[in-house]
Amino acid sequence: MTLIACAILAACASSGTVVLLPEKDGRPAAVSVKQGDKEVVLDKPYAAAKATPLGPRPYTSSTEEVRSQFGSALSAQPSRATSFTLYFVEGKDEFTEESKKAVDQILAEIAQRPVPDVLVVGHTDAVGSDQSNDALGQQRAEAVRAALIRLGIPAGDVRAISRGKRQLAVPTADGVAEPHNRRVEIIVR
Amino acid sequence: MSISRMRAWRAVLMLSLLGLATLAGAAEIGQIKVSKGQVTIERDGKSIPAGVGVRLQTSDVVKTGPDGSVGITMDDDSLLSAGPNSVLSLDRYTFDPTTNKGRFDASLNKGTLAVISGRIAKQAPDAMTVRTPTAVLGVRGTEFAVSVD
Repeated sequence: MTLIACAILAACASSGTVVLLPEKDGRPAAVSVKQGDKEVVLDKPYAAAKATPLGPRPYTSSTEEVRSQFGSALSAQPSRATSFTLYFVEGKDEFTEESKKAVDQILAEIAQRPVPDVLVVGHTDAVGSDQSNDALGQQRAEAVRAALIRLGIPAGDVRAISRGKRQLAVPTADGVAEPHNRRVEIIVR
Repeated sequence: MSISRMRAWRAVLMLSLLGLATLAGAAEIGQIKVSKGQVTIERDGKSIPAGVGVRLQTSDVVKTGPDGSVGITMDDDSLLSAGPNSVLSLDRYTFDPTTNKGRFDASLNKGTLAVISGRIAKQAPDAMTVRTPTAVLGVRGTEFAVSVD
């Protein structure tokens, strides 16, 4: 299809195609395609645009076209990140009993990736200031990072960061103690 | 030492550790997770082989040969993968994992690219762009594919 368009268009050297792919989790998604002051917004699965000398020309692509044009690129896509959540006893960097059991699953996920890198993200509930929660979140994340290293994960593959109280799992008013917000997320990618 | 003073001291320690971590890792923005056939990175005028596990820096240009394809996971969980005969340039990348704020500009000069956007695009629409020789794509939390002939 691209080749035919090229044969017709004068400026074929710089033509190209953009296709919006269906989202796995059904989130709303869009890509805007701008050529100079001309803009097309793609916001439905398989909505597509082809660059032409007159600006982006919208059309509807198909699974077949995507497979033939982007098959190699799509088959090189890395595995998506997998996320696990561990919960803490209030105000401490100690896991709840259930969370201690989740550790085996995390190690299995790490083991099945060819070059795993692991992000340990500390979260807190909304009790206290941003500053103290950033520090507490970091402390929790560092504790989990240290535990993963003790379990044999190379130190260079694990990073600890804190989101403090910026990403509450259970939305609450500021100052509310909520056990489900005191957690560490382990992102394996 | 009181609990609050201990907490404050710990915060200072953590901040200095964070500072070190940022310095050490400042240059690393992503990692090659999949590499098939010929894949290279142009960095500082040199061409280096881009095997699985190699870490990426801002301004790296990733190239694939006629039999090549490559998959990259960026620090914000964006996934980029390119098919054969592609030239993908990581022009600009900033990302703060604490606030999820950042900016990601890449260019596809040639070839094919599939993108699943990550936390940068989720936090702020249009904080991620992909340029082609003819167009600028603004990303709004998305999975898409782009080709340049």
